[in-house]
Amino acid sequence: MVRVEFLGPIQKEALELDINNLNELAKILQKDEEVKEWLESCAVALNDTLVTSLEAPLKDGDKISLLPPVCGG
Amino acid sequence: MLSLHDGALDVPTLLKEWYEEEARSNYGAYIPFVGTVRSEDGIDGLSFDLYEPILESWFASWQEKAKAKGAKIKMAHSKGDVMLHESSYIAAVFSPKRRVALEFIDEFVEDFKKSAPIWKYDLKNGQRIYAKDRSTAISGSGLLA
Repeated sequence: MVRVEFLGPIQKEALELDINNLNELAKILQKDEEVKEWLESCAVALNDTLVTSLEAPLKDGDKISLLPPVCGG
Repeated sequence: MLSLHDGALDVPTLLKEWYEEEARSNYGAYIPFVGTVRSEDGIDGLSFDLYEPILESWFASWQEKAKAKGAKIKMAHSKGDVMLHESSYIAAVFSPKRRVALEFIDEFVEDFKKSAPIWKYDLKNGQRIYAKDRSTAISGSGLLA
């Protein structure tokens, strides 16, 4: 299982999903009414490293984080 | 050095500690930037969420860039609520010569605003409201859209 966490202002509990890559995650989240509006503006991290490709394979125990727009300071 | 604090930062103490830590390190310049919560749009203060694992790796990458220039960065940031006229953010660069520190603090704070995984909320009328309009999507966002 892969854990998917929603950070900052996204009001959604973490998901535990049986998926093999980020393409599968994209398809699931695009159908999620609570999350789909955030996808365009969210960065994605795999095990706390930002990723730029949907092709990275996922394995059991991986953690994915969705990071919405930031404003520190 | 990155330090995270619950609530407002104790600015005089942090600046003094950082000064004393590096007083004999042979840096010619110490340039701090102190961010203070201003009164605007009727807010009572600001509030912050942080994601520490990525904040730490982002900071470590900047510390490496600083090191390559013979410089060092220190940064402190608040978690949770920070009220008007209090400080939520301090960044400082130490370097052998002032020009490096002046340029570096500018580059560092600009990237901090665009990349550091910190989310800001306005505290207003008892509510905590995400500062969406003032926030910036991290580079590479939209991968799952």
